[in-house]
Amino acid sequence: MTVSPGIQVAETPASTTTSTRAASMIGDGGRLGRRAGRAKGRAGRFGLNVFAFIVIVCSIFPVYWMVNMSFTPPNQIISRNPSFLPFDFTWKNYVTAWTREAAPGQTDFPHALVSSLTVGLAVVVVGAIIAFLASIAIARFAFRGRYVFIVSVLVVQMVPGEAMMFTIYNMIDDWRLMNTLIGLFIVHLASVVPFTIWTLRGFVRGVPAELEEAAQIDGCSKAQAFWKVTFPLLAPGLVATGIFAFIQSWNEFLMALLLLKGYNLTLPPWLNSFQSATEATNWGAVMAGSTLIALPVVIFFLFVQGRMVGGLVSGAVKG
Amino acid sequence: MSATLTEPDAAPRTPNTKPPRPPKGSAAGPRKKKPLPWAPWLLLGPSIALLGVMVVYPTIVMFVNSFTNLEIKNKMLGTAPDFVGFDNYIEVFTESDFPAVLARSLGLMVVLTVLITAIGMVVALLMTKLSKGWRLAVSIGLMLAWAMPPLSATVVFGWIFDTDYGLVNWALNTITGTQDFRGHSWLIDPWSFMMVLVIIVVWQSVPFAAVTFYAGLGQVPDEVLEASSLDGAGPWQRFRLIVLPYMRGVLTAVLVLETIWNLRIFTQVYALQQQGGLASETNILPTYLFRQGLGEFGVTAAIGVFMVILLMAISYFNVRSSLKDEAEL
Repeated sequence: MTVSPGIQVAETPASTTTSTRAASMIGDGGRLGRRAGRAKGRAGRFGLNVFAFIVIVCSIFPVYWMVNMSFTPPNQIISRNPSFLPFDFTWKNYVTAWTREAAPGQTDFPHALVSSLTVGLAVVVVGAIIAFLASIAIARFAFRGRYVFIVSVLVVQMVPGEAMMFTIYNMIDDWRLMNTLIGLFIVHLASVVPFTIWTLRGFVRGVPAELEEAAQIDGCSKAQAFWKVTFPLLAPGLVATGIFAFIQSWNEFLMALLLLKGYNLTLPPWLNSFQSATEATNWGAVMAGSTLIALPVVIFFLFVQGRMVGGLVSGAVKG
Repeated sequence: MSATLTEPDAAPRTPNTKPPRPPKGSAAGPRKKKPLPWAPWLLLGPSIALLGVMVVYPTIVMFVNSFTNLEIKNKMLGTAPDFVGFDNYIEVFTESDFPAVLARSLGLMVVLTVLITAIGMVVALLMTKLSKGWRLAVSIGLMLAWAMPPLSATVVFGWIFDTDYGLVNWALNTITGTQDFRGHSWLIDPWSFMMVLVIIVVWQSVPFAAVTFYAGLGQVPDEVLEASSLDGAGPWQRFRLIVLPYMRGVLTAVLVLETIWNLRIFTQVYALQQQGGLASETNILPTYLFRQGLGEFGVTAAIGVFMVILLMAISYFNVRSSLKDEAEL
């Protein structure tokens, strides 16, 4: 039950080789490209570059516009002629976004930030532990019921959480967890764990069991072999998966909107309230708030994207 | 092409043949020397508990509730609801705007999926033909669009299409040299609302499709393309007859995932409605359900059950293709 459909991650197993392939895709020469490049004339190359330029502009423009507006003073933003660079550069919008409460009686940015970080980090740590154990079980053990469990994980991952929003609301309410971060944490945890299990399973499978066996032959105990040989090789996979879980929790809007209110809002519902309350007067501050929320995600994202895409491709191609 | 993939198993194995099942007594498998039949279940325990409580249990509860007239007053008073059979389903499909919402969701899903897949493929093909520097620049652009939180993206696009100070209206006025677009609202009309929504979602989703397709294009063997080229196949023929068949797996995976994701969009629609759309004319399944609010839990459960069945039916293909890879350990 992936709650946020916005950040989209590959949901099929990862094999380390393909992951590295995709991760290095930016640097890789592109075999198709070189040959095509030779064949095409200079005019064709120019046309391609123009096309590429259009793609780049379309991709970047909204981000650029958000950052631009966030540094523009409010009275400039509502002028009839938009300015494409913040000539009257100001930090004021950020100060407003940081200090003003979202709406009367609701949280301000720093507190929402703490809430989002608390939920996100808890989801990453607990989710990684739970999923890691499960992925070891299905990647390293052969046991009766293993196949059934794998099918269940895949099916559960596809159950749309938003279809059950009110049932989950009632459940959280019955448990007296309404308007608490623990309630939201449990909901987010359940939504990231199936995906995390499935991805980690791919990473665990990518580390040959023979390595561990060799270490055991050399005198390590089973546990030592695991911690000293396999675990370090899995660490990058764990980090990548953890970051994706964090981003998902960070961006999740629907359940946060439904379960939290007032002083406990996380960042997405904070932005929603803040926008409704201030858009008439101060768009610059709304843009500054959007930028602040986007910043950590963009940074994290650049770290992990290749790995996840590799996962999808290996799963899709192998069959 | 599978030569590029790691096969961690020690023994060579032909695809789709299951390895012999371990004998019943030593359920710990071939690699484990110690017989620990309960070890895997110990490792799986936390996940099973979590998913059982948070996914399986609410699904069952929702299914049961969908056949009752559970309301918020039952919850307040602690009284049990009555069993009403299929009344909720009949009500949802005949006496509400649910059918219209469903049709709108499916229409939007088709438009989005087609656009995302087509544009993603074009951008991926473009990336294979670019020089290193240009490709890096395109990749960075795509990453930025991909990484933007959906809510931030919607807020920005809402501002770009703003009625009074939006960039689009300003640009259209400047281009046409008139003031025709002054104060033009893009969100109040359901059709142009949907257009803005499509732009936002496509903008955010194309990077995933493009990057995935690009990685998939790397798997098309050079020799085959070269041979077909020598045999006189043009670029379109090469794409249709060689690249597409090699890409079938990737293409199917992306299509299925996009179909599912595009039916589950909530954030963008809700946030755009907040900025000036008519919710009643622009709701799709998740926002429609959300706007039913707390109250008639029986009816909302029926809508939820329908959504689950619809999405599970679509995901069937995804689950099956994921399992294909799972030729046992």
